[in-house]
Amino acid sequence: MPGRGGHVREDKNMTTQKLPPHISKQFDNELENIRSQVMAMGGLVEQQLTLALKALTDGDIELAESVISNERQVNTYEVNIDEECTRILARRQPAARDLRLVMAVGKTITDLERIGDEAEKIAKMAIDLANRHAMKPYYTGISAMGNLVRAMVHEALDAFARMDTQAALVTAGKEPESDDQYAALLRQLITYMMEDPRSITSALDAVWVARAMERIGDHARNMCEYIIYFVEGKDVRHISLEQMEKEVNAPR
Amino acid sequence: MKMSNENPMEALHQASAPEEVAPTHAVRVPPPATTAKSLRAGDKDQKAANGKIVVNDLNFFYGKHQALHSISLQIPEKHVTAFIGPSGCGKSTILRTFNRIYELYPDQYATGEVLLDGENILSRKYDLNLLRSKIGMVFQKPTPFPMSIYDNIAFGVKLYERLSRRRMDERVEWALHKAALWDEVKDKLRQDGTQLSGGQQQRLCIARGIAVQPEVLLLDEPASALDPISTLKIEELIDELKADYTIVIVTHNMQQAARVSDHTAFMYLGKLIEFDETEVIFTNPSRKETEDYITGRYG
Repeated sequence: MPGRGGHVREDKNMTTQKLPPHISKQFDNELENIRSQVMAMGGLVEQQLTLALKALTDGDIELAESVISNERQVNTYEVNIDEECTRILARRQPAARDLRLVMAVGKTITDLERIGDEAEKIAKMAIDLANRHAMKPYYTGISAMGNLVRAMVHEALDAFARMDTQAALVTAGKEPESDDQYAALLRQLITYMMEDPRSITSALDAVWVARAMERIGDHARNMCEYIIYFVEGKDVRHISLEQMEKEVNAPR
Repeated sequence: MKMSNENPMEALHQASAPEEVAPTHAVRVPPPATTAKSLRAGDKDQKAANGKIVVNDLNFFYGKHQALHSISLQIPEKHVTAFIGPSGCGKSTILRTFNRIYELYPDQYATGEVLLDGENILSRKYDLNLLRSKIGMVFQKPTPFPMSIYDNIAFGVKLYERLSRRRMDERVEWALHKAALWDEVKDKLRQDGTQLSGGQQQRLCIARGIAVQPEVLLLDEPASALDPISTLKIEELIDELKADYTIVIVTHNMQQAARVSDHTAFMYLGKLIEFDETEVIFTNPSRKETEDYITGRYG
């Protein structure tokens, strides 16, 4: 397991202890391989999101089109990693933390792929908005929210790389903030639409962008939950953040 | 199904005529057609929480060598409990204490308690015949007796019960049904049991074990000498049998333990390292030793 991060509590029992290697070295390699593949896929998805947001704020149609054409690469990663997970399950019958890793990876790539889809949606809206020469004011709230969810994705991937539950908790804790920003953006955009009905088409595009970013925040939180599942063996989906924190910090 | 009079078992039956025919045995025979599944819903859940076998501070010695160190655990009734661990960890030894088979060897002894329904079976006062009638065992290699399929099953029954020909026929058929062997052997009951395939022989041994209607069934690597299909049949059988019996299985095959058992005990160097629900052991064990073993890591 790479990287004992500063947040990782060393007093935690075996979950943070360095584990001896498998008797089968090849099995070690296979597990390490799916982890690094997830990181590569995550890097690509993060880049897609960054470029989509940049295309939106800059009105850069060419950049947006490159995001759309790169989406296929994200899908290819998902399919390949998924196949590899299936192969490991079939051939190795992993148990305990190995099983949890394969399950966590299988779920993480689904959320990463969805983030990739949302980035593509943002890129499409960027093209629409640029073609309509939409007004700048739409973008102020959007870029703030964009920065928030992009940071969440980055931190979730960072926490995954180090399998750091405390960092995952912090990142998951930002998800309500993205919900709040989404609600605020919606109010702002509705105001524009009421003030000037001619803005409705563009404002609706902006609503879809905000919606996409809100979903990205949800996916980032999901990824954090899988990290906690892998490290602690605890399912923290569909519970409040307070409960999640209690679960993580409770003795096993 | 007719038994000839020159059957050697008849003679043995006369000789050992057991007085202590456990009365409960005769009434508990379900009709052969009844499948285990239909019985399962009944009293099983109420008894689920009980410790059928309660082990308290059990130590075991092969001469001067101590093979078990202060083992304590409870084996729940009508559930499957698996013991896993590397060779020499004591998992077979613990099974050997449950029916006192070690008493055949003079320098082997156990200290502590093994309570079966609250009574210490290690106590000299506990009748060995009664114990063996309550706790049956099936070994790693199939051990059919060199006699007919029918007699293989009737042999053990005659040690404990005197049954009419008709009742014995029923019992043999019932046991073979229970062991999922009836359809394969019903037309050749007079054939020598040793002529069956390995998987069939093992199911014959299980049929023999359950024919005396024990309460606990000990299985020591019951499928390790069998091909995958026979293994699956034995595993399916274990699943059926747990409706009526408390089953304890020792296995090297961790996936098998994961498939068939409700609870799993991990043993290492004669000590019980972890005992928990099978699902927990295989997804989220709490001890590092368990994790290393089941994930195949260097200890």
